[in-house]
Amino acid sequence: MKRAFTAYPYLVWSIIFIIAPLILVLYYGLTVPGPDGGAVFSLENFVKFFTSPIFMAAFWRSIWTAALATIICLLIGYPVAYFLSGTIFKNKNLLLLLLVIPMWMNLLLRTYAWLILLDNGGLINTVLEFFGLGPVEFLYHEYSIVFGMVYNFLPFMILPIHSVLVKMDHSLIEAAQDLGANRTKVFFKITFPMSLPGILSGITMVFMPAVTTFAISDILSGRTIQLMGNLIEDQFLRSDNWNFGSTMSIILMVLILASMVISSRYEKDNQGGGLF
Amino acid sequence: MKKTLKKIGVLMCAALVAVASLAGCSSDGGEEKVTLRVYNWGEYIAPGLLEQFEEETGIHVEYDTFNDNESMYAKVKNSGSDSYDIVVPSDYMIKKMIEEDMLAPINYDNVPNIKNLDPSFTNLSYDPEGTYSVPYLWGTVGILYDIDQTGRELTSMKDMFDPAFARKVCMLDSIRDTIGMTLKMQGYSMNDLDPAHIAEVRDILLEQKPNVLAYGTDELPAKVIGGTAAMAMVYSGEGIRAVEEQPENMRFVIPEEGSNLAVDSFVILKTSQNKEAAEQFLNFMLDADVALENAIETGYSTTNAAAREMLPDEIKNDPGRYPSQDVLDKCEIFETLPADNTDYIDAWNQIKAK
Repeated sequence: MKRAFTAYPYLVWSIIFIIAPLILVLYYGLTVPGPDGGAVFSLENFVKFFTSPIFMAAFWRSIWTAALATIICLLIGYPVAYFLSGTIFKNKNLLLLLLVIPMWMNLLLRTYAWLILLDNGGLINTVLEFFGLGPVEFLYHEYSIVFGMVYNFLPFMILPIHSVLVKMDHSLIEAAQDLGANRTKVFFKITFPMSLPGILSGITMVFMPAVTTFAISDILSGRTIQLMGNLIEDQFLRSDNWNFGSTMSIILMVLILASMVISSRYEKDNQGGGLF
Repeated sequence: MKKTLKKIGVLMCAALVAVASLAGCSSDGGEEKVTLRVYNWGEYIAPGLLEQFEEETGIHVEYDTFNDNESMYAKVKNSGSDSYDIVVPSDYMIKKMIEEDMLAPINYDNVPNIKNLDPSFTNLSYDPEGTYSVPYLWGTVGILYDIDQTGRELTSMKDMFDPAFARKVCMLDSIRDTIGMTLKMQGYSMNDLDPAHIAEVRDILLEQKPNVLAYGTDELPAKVIGGTAAMAMVYSGEGIRAVEEQPENMRFVIPEEGSNLAVDSFVILKTSQNKEAAEQFLNFMLDADVALENAIETGYSTTNAAAREMLPDEIKNDPGRYPSQDVLDKCEIFETLPADNTDYIDAWNQIKAK
């Protein structure tokens, strides 16, 4: 009884800020304005989206850049998490703190900082030009967006993998070593399979914000490259077409839901290292 | 232990909610300090003026800014009655808002300073009687460029499409301005509705896209000043401020093909609960000294005859701010697009999505 009472604030909170907005998005996404100003149920906007080469291009571009960023995050993040959980470094907590500190700053601020560093007349190019190596056009391309995603979301890959690796039962590794497995074999037979839950939650945690971002692509591509997030932003802020914007949001939510279902199917037990 | 923590958390949440609702009550039912909510373009008022207004009238001003008419409209239209009191749309958007019955007529008995308004701005097509709008500043769209990088003076919109400047060009991220200026370059009207002409311009802009470094609005002048880009399409005030900041190599020119003449005006929203305070604000902004400060600081051109008289000569004779009659004759004011026109937005979506 007491338990139920303490859950009420959260219940109210989720109804106001999670359930109601979701219903609104579904309502707008599945309707179009009717002739008399009302709303009429229609899948017209879904047809419009999936038959338009423009919107589909942005859709695939979003998936492609987010997937690429996720893979790079995994390739960089796994070794980092592995060594942080091992015994090589003494001040592991300090290193972890250094990893997390940039996240205390606003994403926009961190991304604008790269604009100052990487721009054609920016700090790094000034140095390159001094040595006769530049200028290099770092920004305003698709790879600039991928770079921004990797930079911003890398901690979301490292932390879950790290927390799984730290909690891992080391007697298993010792047992494997006792039985004559070399380091490579120990890694691929014991450590890696046991860290899979962390990898999977890392993948979801990087892929989700990456596939929905609009700020990173806006800033680092000079608004020359549009992702799904930018299209949705445009529909709400400029074209004033909430219905189509909601339709695209639903499509994106289904995509994220699918990626979460896939990853949770592989997550057999509960030791997955979530961030929170 | 865990349970206690959870309880504390719940208590804190409850306390927060209680405090928030109390704060809400006191500001509603407490003292009668009027709050005026103003929604203006970014960097479109001289610093210090809002504080001066607050001191003179005791009215508190909540001030927000926007980057383009379309996003302003989307926000105001969808926020219902809990919206701004005063916004500053451009010509074509004012007409649209009048047609949609979003604006309140202005009671000029409360705005005696209207006498300062330049008579040539009292009979504008979008609001012929000035029933709903008081002109604030006007400006054009032009090219801001770095003469060290271009190596020559620019005069024409065609220079923005010169392959010699590939990856050095920034275009406005604004449907009407970018398509309109390109229509103008091709010799058409900026208000052209002929689908064939819009398609022609769309193809030109699509072909140009690989050479465009960035699309944007407020952030573009910084890219030219910083040397990232050689040229950018900008609103005249932005261009003029950039030239003032770095006169050695910054230049601003209105293209010889002509340009958009944009008049931004104060309007009071129909939903405003503080109409009289809003009119007080309009009166304040029409004061000759206040208008003079705005005309100097923003880089845009004033609609205030009294202020224009007082301008220093170098500003009064600046062709970027107050172009000659020949140039003005080639400029056009945007007309509102018909509600069912999707050619512009479709063309723009294709350009941006490429």
